[in-house]
Amino acid sequence: MANLTTDFIGIKSPNPFWLASAPPTDKEYNVRRAFEAGWGGVVWKTLGSEGPPVVNVNGPRYGAVWGADRRLLGLNNIELITDRPLEVNLREIKSVKRDYKDRALIISLMVPCDEQSWKDILHRIEDTEADGVELNFGCPHGMAERGMGSAVGQVPEYIEMVTRWVKQHSRMPCIVKLTPNISDIRKPAEAAKRGGADAVSLINTINSITSVNLDSFSPEPMIDGKGTHGGYCGPAVKPIALNMVAEIARSPETHGLPISGIGGVTTWRDAAEFMALGAGNVQVCTAAMTYGFKIVQEMISGLSQYLDEKGMASTADLVGRAVPNVTDWQFLNLNYVTKAQIDQDACIKCGRCYAACEDTSHQAIAMKPGRVFEVMDDECVACNLCVNVCPVENCITMVEMPKGAVDPRTQTPVGDYANWTTHPNNPSVAAE
Amino acid sequence: MTNSPLTPGIVPSRLPADRIARNFADHTPPLDAHEALVAADRCYFCHDAPCVTACPTSIDIPLFIRQIATGTAESAATTIWTQNILGGMCARVCPTETLCEEVCVREVAEGKPVEIGRLQRFATDTAMARGLHPFTRAAPTGKTVAVVGAGPAGMACAHRLALHGHDVVVYERRAKPGGLNEYGIASYKTTGGFARREVDWLLQIGGITIKTGVELGRDISLDGLLALHDAVFLGIGLGGVNALRASGEDKAGVTDAVDFIAELRQTTDLTTLPIGRDVVVIGGGMTAVDAAVQSKLLGAENVTIVYRRGQEKMGASTYEQEHATSAGVRIICNAAPVAVHGNGAVREVEFGYMADTPEGLKATGETFRLKADQVFKAIGQTLTGAPDGAALEGGKIAALPARVWAGGDCTGGGEDLTVTAVAQGRDAAEDIHMFLRG
Ligand SMILES: Cc1cc2nc3c(=O)[nH]c(=O)nc-3n(C[C@H](O)[C@H](O)[C@H](O)COP(=O)(O)O)c2cc1C
Ligand code: SF4
Ligand code: SF4
Repeated sequence: MANLTTDFIGIKSPNPFWLASAPPTDKEYNVRRAFEAGWGGVVWKTLGSEGPPVVNVNGPRYGAVWGADRRLLGLNNIELITDRPLEVNLREIKSVKRDYKDRALIISLMVPCDEQSWKDILHRIEDTEADGVELNFGCPHGMAERGMGSAVGQVPEYIEMVTRWVKQHSRMPCIVKLTPNISDIRKPAEAAKRGGADAVSLINTINSITSVNLDSFSPEPMIDGKGTHGGYCGPAVKPIALNMVAEIARSPETHGLPISGIGGVTTWRDAAEFMALGAGNVQVCTAAMTYGFKIVQEMISGLSQYLDEKGMASTADLVGRAVPNVTDWQFLNLNYVTKAQIDQDACIKCGRCYAACEDTSHQAIAMKPGRVFEVMDDECVACNLCVNVCPVENCITMVEMPKGAVDPRTQTPVGDYANWTTHPNNPSVAAE
Repeated sequence: MTNSPLTPGIVPSRLPADRIARNFADHTPPLDAHEALVAADRCYFCHDAPCVTACPTSIDIPLFIRQIATGTAESAATTIWTQNILGGMCARVCPTETLCEEVCVREVAEGKPVEIGRLQRFATDTAMARGLHPFTRAAPTGKTVAVVGAGPAGMACAHRLALHGHDVVVYERRAKPGGLNEYGIASYKTTGGFARREVDWLLQIGGITIKTGVELGRDISLDGLLALHDAVFLGIGLGGVNALRASGEDKAGVTDAVDFIAELRQTTDLTTLPIGRDVVVIGGGMTAVDAAVQSKLLGAENVTIVYRRGQEKMGASTYEQEHATSAGVRIICNAAPVAVHGNGAVREVEFGYMADTPEGLKATGETFRLKADQVFKAIGQTLTGAPDGAALEGGKIAALPARVWAGGDCTGGGEDLTVTAVAQGRDAAEDIHMFLRG
């Protein structure tokens, strides 16, 4: 059996599945039950400064996007950081950590952007025995209006400054949690690294309006006839998160900076994908909020089965395995030629591939008598659209043409690796 | 041969071989990988799921279905086997319509449950096809346990004991292990010699020896076993069959349904198995349905189940009853046999209509006769061969001497189902293990 134990910036946990800072980790009752269910670690719901706690709305705070079977695909929220008193949270953190020494317990923090506030909060959490801190520079709603959360996370200079304060005033490992509401995720990651962060975690939620009530003309969730943008998360955001993780993992500036992957992790496979793209562990929020703490059991069994089948002894063997294969468009092999191929035995003759290719792609599928659909190799550009719209899995596949074979579309033989940087149509090549 | 369903008497080969082969093919074909994903996708991963409570072995159903949904059927099988080592057979033979699937929230809400049984089969078949046996035996303890009966209770008990490091000797009176899985279940529910394959697979744990052809009371005694072993588990099932108590019961052509089913299960070429033209099955449980349906599938012209009480009291589930009627079996309720007529061999069975009154069943006085050249008795099995020292209650083992445990159909508590036997065998093994550890 593969070893799921992970060492993330010196913080050990029995598996790489942590609960992200959010309602599942808002109190001792939850966190104890999460640990009993098998979670490897938790990032406690974000704590604010000493003083009167924040207040939340008292109407709905979540909006959602569902599939037709009402599968929850995306969740959005307008919740703020913890609304419970600081002393209560600190007392509970200490009590949980005392009983679960083998689990990771990280404290998420968000306080005003001045050195004294950070110094104070770091001082307050010192004797909780927590394993590290996570700086919440991510929340896109509410707290951002008050100059915190993503308002900090969108300014790399602030990230660097605050991270430096934290490293100065605390010996704890420090994870900087990034907001995706920014045009280039590498910039805040670089800033965190410059400030001395031990790791980054991403993504926090994405600014969003999930739906509009067409009777009351208000965004959902609606509070007394009005709504506001909230943070989007869940399965829908995974592709965005994966890309951002990969960008940081492969950037020369940040390569090697430990990453905690967050965003839509719902199954072992999602977790494995994040890890292959360079995440040392993953954090989960929406999946736990949708299905309960027990889902971690599937994540654990699935990841160990996968590692076993791949002959990988531990999660370390998986982390980063896909990073070298993430590249820029310009380096993709333009002499890699494939053709769509329809398995006539599997085809159910719905014609979706035909409609897609005929109307919106390259008119490369022929519809023959008896509703027989066939790819015309001399027209097929291998765009993959038919594969993606076909309702039958593996009915249409992409078949690679061997080197030397003549592509019937271009009448040219398939050649050796060559990319855009050397292509004759590339103006910068022509200029030379 | 030129026999047909109309040939009088009890004769083989009423149907052509290809027809018989089709009739006895997998009753519920396995799901393919895509179908399994679609079926698994319907599970809501319920909290404190009702299906788990309804499963006598408490398999974590939502978890194993989620494991299938995420492409790890092998892990799903581990989840199943951890609770129920005969999960493959149970997936085939459990009356899921009265267990897990009956209480599935989607059955209750929409009348269309998640196909738990078929998904369980998908998971266990997938893992078995890959030769996986995800359990490792603990270090040998030096203790030995005798298990009497290689049926579901005995084998579940043996596996769990072996897992804990004890040595197990299974004593089985028949020629093959498996018990009712091998001899008692309708053939179309467990095709391809699955019962035997499952036993062989189970034995991979190691530490289990099976001795066949050894009968308690004839070849071995309880005292003898106690002298040889540290503990004894009795999973002897129900060896006897209730009598009709109708005159003429001893006429030729009148036999026990369980014997017919056992013979059918052990017949490799079903075209050689004789069956009557007019078959009457007396009883209302699963055995009655299995005997009746298989008679029909062998080519009997008329097959009738006659049950003495009302339809709602039948032991066979509505699903099973519908399966019988769709196979062409007629079900007559509220009638009990009065006499078997015939000159040497049965020709007719006479029944009297019954009324279910608060004072019990009463004959109404009205009678009718059914043509019959073959009659199967399926009115319940009884415990036979319980060793001295076993105290019986309601015809089942209720108390036992020290160092002796029992489980399965020979004991009470729960219905006489494979899955119940597995649960009892497994739990007895845990008890025995605690006892042996001291
Ligand atoms: C209701 C809710 C509250 C959240 N609160 C916090 C928070 O207090 N601090 C924080 O860093 N992230 C917070 N998040 C963001 C999550 O930690 C996580 O980054 C995000 O939900 C993406 O992960 P997911 O797709 O697994 O949900 C919250 C998310 C939700 C849904
Ligand atoms: S989930 Fe619980 S707290 Fe939230 S609205 Fe429903 S009942 Fe209320
Ligand atoms: S979309 Fe797929 S199933 Fe439909 S016609 Fe095309 S190949 Fe056949």
